[in-house]
Amino acid sequence: MRTIIFRTIAPYLAALMVLFSIFVLLRGHNEPGGGFIGGLIAASAFAIYGIACGVAAVRRAISLHPMSISAAGLFVAGLSGLPSLFMAQPFMTSQWWYLNLFGVEVPLSTPLFFDIGVYLVVVGSITSIALALEERESD
Amino acid sequence: MAASNYNVDLSLAMRMDPVAPGDWLLVAPLVITVLGGALCLMTRKNTDAQPKVAIIFLSLLVAACAGLLARVLDKGVITMVAGNWLPPFGIAFTVDALGATLALTSSVVALAAAVYGIGDVDSSGRRYGFYPFLMLLMTGVCGAFLTGDIFNLYVWFEVLLISSFGLLVLGNERAQLDGAVKYALLNIIATTLFLIATGLLYGILGTLNMADIAIKAREAGLQGPLMTVAVLYFLAFAMKAAAFPVNFWLPASYHTPRIVIAAVFAGLLTKVGVYALLRIFALLLPDARVALADVIALVAIATMLTGVLGALAQTDIRRLLGYLVISGIGSMLAGLAIGTTPALAGTIFYAVHSILVMTALYMAAGVMRGLGGSYSLRELGGLYRASPAFAAVFLMLGFAVSGLPPFSGFWPKVLLVDAALVGGHGWIAASILVTGLLTTIAMGRVWIYAFWRGGAEGTADGQLTSVLVPAPGMTSASIWLPIGLLLGLVILLGVQPEFMMQVSGRGASTLTEPLGYLRSVFGGAVQ
Repeated sequence: MRTIIFRTIAPYLAALMVLFSIFVLLRGHNEPGGGFIGGLIAASAFAIYGIACGVAAVRRAISLHPMSISAAGLFVAGLSGLPSLFMAQPFMTSQWWYLNLFGVEVPLSTPLFFDIGVYLVVVGSITSIALALEERESD
Repeated sequence: MAASNYNVDLSLAMRMDPVAPGDWLLVAPLVITVLGGALCLMTRKNTDAQPKVAIIFLSLLVAACAGLLARVLDKGVITMVAGNWLPPFGIAFTVDALGATLALTSSVVALAAAVYGIGDVDSSGRRYGFYPFLMLLMTGVCGAFLTGDIFNLYVWFEVLLISSFGLLVLGNERAQLDGAVKYALLNIIATTLFLIATGLLYGILGTLNMADIAIKAREAGLQGPLMTVAVLYFLAFAMKAAAFPVNFWLPASYHTPRIVIAAVFAGLLTKVGVYALLRIFALLLPDARVALADVIALVAIATMLTGVLGALAQTDIRRLLGYLVISGIGSMLAGLAIGTTPALAGTIFYAVHSILVMTALYMAAGVMRGLGGSYSLRELGGLYRASPAFAAVFLMLGFAVSGLPPFSGFWPKVLLVDAALVGGHGWIAASILVTGLLTTIAMGRVWIYAFWRGGAEGTADGQLTSVLVPAPGMTSASIWLPIGLLLGLVILLGVQPEFMMQVSGRGASTLTEPLGYLRSVFGGAVQ
């Protein structure tokens, strides 16, 4: 698998896929996409990078342990249900803020943060599995 | 998309009245354990900090569950629908006295296990995730007790199942993998049956909300398809609860993990199955319970007797205790078979008692191993000389599990036997009493061999052959505090049973007369 073509192209491909995964994550509220599928795309980016350049390079690149990323995602998703407490509404009721950035209305919401949490959980757990499998292979 | 431009009447889809902050206690157990579990997972490498984080969050969990129980006793059944959608479309969390009591008992047990784990789980076990798994297991257990939606119940079962797989293989020993395969296989079959039954139920009634199912099933009456669903549910949860004859996974797996993990499993997992049986057969499908009553009674009697006979035949203490867990499940099912309010109250009280006492007994088995160097009754001996205080603790726990006064096991058996005699189920009453006698003999056997006998098998009467050198750490507070806490509760429930009687009576009457439960979900319009 480690041909010169693949090794040259893999970092660019991985970077593009991570970028695309964030795009898919953010458009997911009203259109096809979302945290789960975005997370899968990002995880496959890391997997491709791992196949091309080795698992150690991926671990250096993401600097945190994948399981910690996963846990951080769980934490964010759990927190995203709490703001409705202060609005006297039930758990996980969505709250919206409409920010005005340079004349453009940017809707922010708790579902977005929940989705980011899902994204991180999926990225972390799938990357963790993929890296473990790739490490086995190179032994 | 600028949602702010829309002008919609939200009251058609959402509840508009404000929610009291106190109602948030309903989801607090889930939020606390998820956040705590995530924190523990993030600090996985910091093995010294983990127990502290876990103990702080589990103490919060106990406080939240206690607050929840107090609120339920004060205000009746509480419902919160996630995301503010109107039921039956939003996913409802509905808690009554039954759910709140079991959640509180489980959280106490989890806290005790977290403390016991300081001494029992070494740093490699912590790195592999003992504390995160324990917290997420509690998410699943509490979620199952608190949810008011049957598909959501399935989700919580998955959560606790996945965490329990992780706990079971912690340490990666050969025997553990062997036990985990049996455990996983049967539990996955059971969960799949549960899911199939839920799909069929949705096809028949068109709803997943428990209160809605309770209403629609009563309107539909007992028909063939619903009966099929009921039987599938019974099989699925009988597997989870380790009822005869689908219980062989329990003795095959519970003796393999670390003792504190076995203690948590013995306390919690089977009771979640019993809880689901209570919820489904007493609340959702009462007609099916009546139709199946004889089958449930047979299963209950067989579970009680095979469980305790299995316990009599074992020499490994952990396996012996595993069989006693099964035997207790039989007693709880007996209450479901009788089906009257006092009988269900007996089942609930018995579940609370069993959660506390079985966890304490497994922890005590860990101490026996620490003092005597073995789990085998053939090799143990002279424990009385090694620690008279511990001998007294074990004797009390043994009396409690056998159902002798003045400990917690006595009152639920009184309730169950009384309800059985009133309902004309002489055989059930007789089996409960015989099981109690045989349990006393089984525990007496442990006591005589491990405590009274002077040394290993073959030691003559009155001789002391073994000089025991306790394992290091056997005097630390992290071992004795949790056992003391659980024993204290066992004695308290035995000496002052009124509170628990009242609470389990409330829980049982919500199951048999569910108007309060239904009104809590759908408002006052429900007849």
